[in-house]
Amino acid sequence: MTETLTGAQITVRLLERQGIRTVAGIPGGAILPIYDALGQSSAIHHVLARHEQGAGFMAQGLARSTGQPAVCLASSGPGATNLLTAIADAKLDSIPLVAITGQVPKAMIGTDAFQEVDTYGLSIPITKHNFLVSSAEELLAVIPRAFEIAASGRPGPVLVDIPKDVQTQAIEIGEWPEPGRAQPTTPTDPALIAQAAAMINAAERPILYLGGGVVHSGAATTAVDLAEKSNLPTVMTLMALGTMPVDHPLSLGMLGMHAARYTNLALEECDLLIAVGARFDDRATGKVAAFCPQAKIIHIDIDPAELDKIKTAHLGIAADVQEALTQLLPAVSDNDRQVWVDRNNTLKAEFPFEMPGLDNPRSHFGLIRTVAACLDNEATVTTDVGQHQMWVAQAYPLRRPRQWLTSGGLGTMGFGVPAAIGAALAEPHRTVVCFTGDGSILMNIQELVTAAEENVNVKIVLMDNATLGLVHQQQTLFYGERLFASQFKSSPDFIKIAQGFGIAAVDLDLAANPCAALMEAIARPGPCLIHASIDAEQKVYPMVPPGAANRDMIGA
Amino acid sequence: MNAITKNENDALARAVLEINVNNHPGVMSHVVGLFSRRAYNVEGILCLPVGDGSQSRIWLMLIEDHRLPQMIKQVEKLEDVIAIRRHNADHAVFQDLESFFRP
Repeated sequence: MTETLTGAQITVRLLERQGIRTVAGIPGGAILPIYDALGQSSAIHHVLARHEQGAGFMAQGLARSTGQPAVCLASSGPGATNLLTAIADAKLDSIPLVAITGQVPKAMIGTDAFQEVDTYGLSIPITKHNFLVSSAEELLAVIPRAFEIAASGRPGPVLVDIPKDVQTQAIEIGEWPEPGRAQPTTPTDPALIAQAAAMINAAERPILYLGGGVVHSGAATTAVDLAEKSNLPTVMTLMALGTMPVDHPLSLGMLGMHAARYTNLALEECDLLIAVGARFDDRATGKVAAFCPQAKIIHIDIDPAELDKIKTAHLGIAADVQEALTQLLPAVSDNDRQVWVDRNNTLKAEFPFEMPGLDNPRSHFGLIRTVAACLDNEATVTTDVGQHQMWVAQAYPLRRPRQWLTSGGLGTMGFGVPAAIGAALAEPHRTVVCFTGDGSILMNIQELVTAAEENVNVKIVLMDNATLGLVHQQQTLFYGERLFASQFKSSPDFIKIAQGFGIAAVDLDLAANPCAALMEAIARPGPCLIHASIDAEQKVYPMVPPGAANRDMIGA
Repeated sequence: MNAITKNENDALARAVLEINVNNHPGVMSHVVGLFSRRAYNVEGILCLPVGDGSQSRIWLMLIEDHRLPQMIKQVEKLEDVIAIRRHNADHAVFQDLESFFRP
């Protein structure tokens, strides 16, 4: 039996067949046929963002919390350009995203038509792959393929640009294609696994270095099993926080620019670095030539281009990390490594991570820990970008993969609120906390009304120091204290703003008992903004100055 | 690259890449974009369809530097790239064209 459908109807049907149940977007002229078809869908819930970047980050929140590709929609021209930052962000953090954009009709492409921009050309360097669809027929291949590419191997964003006349073109459909799914990876070479096991068994001072790839491949449990079997002290990148519970005895926490001293010092001493799903980012390694100077390197990554990109590995294994670790686990022998484990514990005792003010909920660390005390491991934590992000990374007891959603590679201010909305839509049973700053929240403040409209269970903890904190910090430390353009002369009334957008708001500054006020705000269902002023002079310490070696940490 | 004189240029080691790709309007942009974003100059480009025209072959001539192995890996990752092979600079494909490129 055949049916006659338009390109727009086909697109929506293919999304339904993919299992997509929530999309975020904003309509406009060039994508109206798809919106018309979407309005007829009873399976898909459309979340109307207030800026396309917000829609992109909501889709990211859906994708990061579930691991499944998520969809955002935008019209041509400014709709598409507004999406670009969220797409680039997904590229750098390897997040599976399918962005669908409307385009002017084919005959008008290249004429500088109204709201025409070269979306295909603009998105080439920031997508894993992209398509400009030239017929309704093609959609049957392109849409499933977009999902397959987004989810396969190293995940990433895929953009599908659909001209308006392709959306309205009607064709007969007899058979539907299979939904696009992640393709199986090529099996890991057993010889390489044996070699890796031999290196681990022979090492005296090995360190396991976990990256975001461990989260993406669902390998957190296997990685912890491996660490425990061979007693491997373990560091995590910003993207991998939560893969090993931070209070695990083998955990050395986050490495790199804002690591605890003991973490970076342990890396100085290690004789074998086992990098798993990590890409030796400059924020993690510091000056590369001085990173783990005594160590041989095993590098396991699903993307062959990451091997030897920054640091030449003694053993490079291009493999899905879950598969590789599963094979590695039985090949690695039990080892108590008492000397090395003791040495790490000594480093922890000698160079501890200082968190002043922990018992004061009006201090930055105290606030973060008080929020954590109101929640359990089921909560999801998103952040924006800046000092607050690093403090939360340092102080929040993250214990679950996909608990922690943060913009790592691109470092996009404005990520936190819409990503939290997406995470809350994906998993409504969880409380989602978004830590943000007064600089970051203003970059996507408009999505507060989306949070109100969707009544998502999102608690926004606004750490307000009336500055662009990391800029302020760098100017203070490295630019002769010449503070410029980093202090806001005028700050909005965030409580009134939140209330104006229709969400509850609590000002901890005015609360007689901030702990009680916090607990009440977090326990109350629905969106809430929690405002807390913090001291602008506080720095994120320790800090490795940009370009310096990780051993040369300053502060605390 | 622009500051390098012709003589200096001739002295540098060259490499030729042979890249089989799906033939469509965006593919050249995907390939050369990887080079331009890294400020890696492409000295020569040749491209023609192969067989029934569903695929093309792109020939690139490059000055070899330490980034070349990474470039080859990045090109290999592109969805529309079917195969990539590296040849030495003495490959005939560009030499046979020299008569078209006299000043």
